[in-house]
Amino acid sequence: MSADSTSTAEPIGRLIEEFSKLPGIGPKSAQRLTYHLLRAPASEVSALADAIRNLKEKLALCSVCLNITDSDPCTICRDEERDHSKICIVEEPIDILPLERTRKYKGLYHVLHGVIAPTDGIGPDELKIKELLSRLNDGMVTEVILATNPNLEGEATAMYLQRLIAPLDIKITRLARGLPYGADLEYADDVTLSRALEGRQEM
Amino acid sequence: MTAPRTYQTEAIIIKRIKLGEADRILTIFTPELGKFKAVAKGTRRPKSKLGGHVELLTHSRLMLARGRNLDIITQAQTIDNFLPIKDDLERISRGLYIAELVDSFTGEHIEDRQLFGLVLETLNQMSLSKDYEPMLRYFELHLLDHLGYRPQLRHCTDCNSPLKPDGNFFSSRLGGVLCQNCGFNEPMARPLSLNALKVLRLWQNCDFTAARCVRVNRGLTIELEQVMREYIKYFLEKQLKSTAWLDRLKSEAAHK
Repeated sequence: MSADSTSTAEPIGRLIEEFSKLPGIGPKSAQRLTYHLLRAPASEVSALADAIRNLKEKLALCSVCLNITDSDPCTICRDEERDHSKICIVEEPIDILPLERTRKYKGLYHVLHGVIAPTDGIGPDELKIKELLSRLNDGMVTEVILATNPNLEGEATAMYLQRLIAPLDIKITRLARGLPYGADLEYADDVTLSRALEGRQEM
Repeated sequence: MTAPRTYQTEAIIIKRIKLGEADRILTIFTPELGKFKAVAKGTRRPKSKLGGHVELLTHSRLMLARGRNLDIITQAQTIDNFLPIKDDLERISRGLYIAELVDSFTGEHIEDRQLFGLVLETLNQMSLSKDYEPMLRYFELHLLDHLGYRPQLRHCTDCNSPLKPDGNFFSSRLGGVLCQNCGFNEPMARPLSLNALKVLRLWQNCDFTAARCVRVNRGLTIELEQVMREYIKYFLEKQLKSTAWLDRLKSEAAHK
């Protein structure tokens, strides 16, 4: 990058350097993006700059569900139409998107911001579990849906939460684990298949 | 002659980190090639054909292609997924502890069939029984033994005199049991009960099935865990990360 910064104007060199810090963007892509913006209309460029600035300045965690939001409480938690007696627990804010896309779920969420990963030193105190328990204590919630990822740490986290929530007299459910739509049985591993068998349904 | 572009091996997946959009870097432990890192592409997608075959604590047969930097897993078939371990939070946690131990005590690309066998047997035994504490201790003892850190339990490590039944100590620094006299002079030594000494001696020299037959009460279980944990910490010069989680699980169970 040093060769560029000496041979090109400083603002160009700086933007190229910033772009190349992004995931999946190498020095060549960074150059292309920079020169693209140079030719783009000023309004478009400042819209991008604003969007980037707002990302950090206007976003915070929702004080209820800990999703990333620009208003507190977030739009989901504020929505009176939604079912406030159900909470779906997810690992990361990004996990809410696919669940919302299904349009099947009308309850609220709770974002843990991670999973229990003992070998990385991440335990319950590093996650938003205390916040979850205080939400459950007000007696409004009747069902908790554990939607952590179906892998070892996700399962461990779900089992741990189940332990914590069980004494509260709240229905605890776990997302079904089985075969993905459009896949072949041939490639399914034994754990997935045995879960699919356990969770089979009458037609 | 150039090395073949692909090769097969059996492996236990002991660690994994996310890479890029949907890939993972796995740390795998194999009998012939030791421990090393490999890339599993697309495993975080639901329809990945590797998916559950390369999940943590799974024993799988893998086909790998040589990569420029890390090798790439192209096919995977589960041999044993230790399902009972994965259905039980307590045993998952102990399984991860074993994985962390193996990761901490092994170097990359060092063939070790014997240790592979020990890890596999431990996971197998843990699938069969919920009585995991003795198995962990047995594993720790034999892991250290195998790596050349076998604790001296027959006579005093310092003065070589025969041990009396009572008043002995264990010293991590000296690597074994101390008689009463030497124990008093070794500031870091901890008292060791006769039962603990007997159990350690037996486990050091028996196989897994015999080890499982030993009845260990609660106090002794705690003592043995502390002795071994201190001893392991001495060699690694650090506490294993998963021990904090194991302690937490235990203290929460005690408060119930």
